[in-house]
Amino acid sequence: MFAPFIEALRREGLPVSITEYLTLMQAMRAGVAGYDVEDFYHLARATLAKDERHLDRFDRAFAEAFKGLQPADQAPGGDDRRELPEAWLRRLAEKLLGPEELAKIETLGGFDKLLETLHQRLAEQQGRHQGGSKWIGTAGTSPFGAYGANPEGVRIGQDRSRLRRAVKVWDRREFRDLDSDVELGIRSLKLALRRLRRFAREGAATELDLPGTIRDTARNAGSLELRLVPERRNAVKVLLLLDIGGSMDEHVRASEELFSAARAEFKHLVSFYFHNCPYERLWSTNRRRAETMRATDQVLRTYGPDYKLIVVGDATMSPYEITHAGGSVEHWNAEAGAVWLQRLTGHFRRAAWLNPRPRASWREDGSVGLIHELMAGRMYPLTLAGIEAMTRDLVH
Amino acid sequence: MSFRSTARYIAARDLEVAVNAAVTLERPLLVKGEPGTGKTVLAHEVAASLGRPLIEWHIKSTTRAQQGLYEYDAVSRLRDGQLGDARVHDIANYIMPGKLWQAFASPQPVVVLIDEIDKADIEFPNDLLLELDRMTFHVYETGESVTATHRPVVIITSNNEKELPDAFLRRCFFHYIRFPDRATMQRIVDAHYPNLRADLAREALEVFFRLREVSGLKKKPATSELLDWLKLLMAEDMPAEALRAGDGQAAIPPLYGALLKNEQDVHLFERLAFLNRRNA
Repeated sequence: MFAPFIEALRREGLPVSITEYLTLMQAMRAGVAGYDVEDFYHLARATLAKDERHLDRFDRAFAEAFKGLQPADQAPGGDDRRELPEAWLRRLAEKLLGPEELAKIETLGGFDKLLETLHQRLAEQQGRHQGGSKWIGTAGTSPFGAYGANPEGVRIGQDRSRLRRAVKVWDRREFRDLDSDVELGIRSLKLALRRLRRFAREGAATELDLPGTIRDTARNAGSLELRLVPERRNAVKVLLLLDIGGSMDEHVRASEELFSAARAEFKHLVSFYFHNCPYERLWSTNRRRAETMRATDQVLRTYGPDYKLIVVGDATMSPYEITHAGGSVEHWNAEAGAVWLQRLTGHFRRAAWLNPRPRASWREDGSVGLIHELMAGRMYPLTLAGIEAMTRDLVH
Repeated sequence: MSFRSTARYIAARDLEVAVNAAVTLERPLLVKGEPGTGKTVLAHEVAASLGRPLIEWHIKSTTRAQQGLYEYDAVSRLRDGQLGDARVHDIANYIMPGKLWQAFASPQPVVVLIDEIDKADIEFPNDLLLELDRMTFHVYETGESVTATHRPVVIITSNNEKELPDAFLRRCFFHYIRFPDRATMQRIVDAHYPNLRADLAREALEVFFRLREVSGLKKKPATSELLDWLKLLMAEDMPAEALRAGDGQAAIPPLYGALLKNEQDVHLFERLAFLNRRNA
């Protein structure tokens, strides 16, 4: 009976195996969930989804596999995966509004218009809202929100029907923020970057090396011979190059978050700024650019090939800025950006480019494609999944 | 016997189901969630409600799986050997049982808390696979096998610093503690401070949730911070009006040190409050 559900989960990309399936059966037989649909949902979630990033996908698969559990008139329509479930809103409104009120909705331009306006306002609105006559919130006269006085209103988040409570639990999709392809918060960034950590023994020998001591003592015919080894420390060195200004302005915040997250993570971390494409000069403080200018040559000489190079930039510029000498928008560069990029990637054994723009907007032609090629395909989107892929690539 | 919300600990229904599944099937329960949402406290409450003793194993970055089973103190045996102590002839004298051994050997069923498992080395969970699955392990030095007399309830918490291996996850139940919504938070506050004045509680929750919405905070205050703050407010006998921010959206709440734990967050907040006053 649950086979289609398991299949739906695997289609959504959850790594569910026979072990978990059997565990669920066992738990059902032991009566953990009783005969309550909502408890079954909770039990299935605890058994089958093992990562909070999977919870949203789990909810979707659950809704799909068990839509028969809902009353027939409420079968969900083809709602957009990452949008508000429109069909659900529509059903809710139909349930809550009388026929004459539904007729009144026509005055606003019909249901579709109403939903469209709702989407628009949801996008515009920031934060919680109470009262007032335009925004979505509570106790107002706007058409959207709960406990309002507008007959054309669409209710949001107002628990109405006890019977449908169970359905709503997974239709609420509360774990959407945790899905890994969604953009990152500073904390998750830190955690993703932390996977780069690697421990090695460096520095003064302060810890007792027990196997070594025993071996040497045995060799010494039983009289104690102490051996010491250095403590284990995080040995990852990172050189961070951040694109700043111009087309990066909207991404500067994201880059700065990456920067501050990275700072706390590594013992050896050096960062420099550049504009659009790295050329012969980099600077270490954006505000005091002229004073903190460093020649790229010098940077290459100072930091060894064991540093991991991470470039953060949207790689969006005129292709000439990469391919031609003198192509830079800011100054006269004697050598093309491509030459400098090749020097950087040739010097550092491990290098990657992080692009804050979504992967869908990388065009194959144009500058993004060029840089993609120059980085030997090591360009990753600035999302949790992208950073994970990058760290996997960088640790080797 | 099943786990329910207690007078002191408010558990959502999904958490109750997850705990009961883990207790019934005698498998580990892995709990994740924002810091300060009661992951560690959960183990204490489960132990209390099942009436079993709790064995806590706090994990650090240097903890190894073997330490939870037993440690062989080779150095003191070596010393005893050189001093000619008679104890040296029995190797069992130098085997120190770890937390899991204690739990397995306990004559009554116990609850084991493995706190912050992600702090340890990345291989740590893999090294405990068989031990947590079969609840048995072998002591190589003495040749004996330790098997659990009663399978303990194992609660594992993680802050998500490291990815846990799939093989490990397969053997666990998983629960993610979501940040409580307003109504749940009200119940939690009521459970902890039944004598708190209603108006103060309402205003404090209002301030608290508004504070969580401020974007750019490095560490959002969580349940434990709220409870600390309320305790302070009660100790100072703060009137509810003091919390009402007047016109400013983001006036600095009194005794904010309990809520904001990061210097940069305090700066950010002061700047917002300043901007608000100037605009008003």
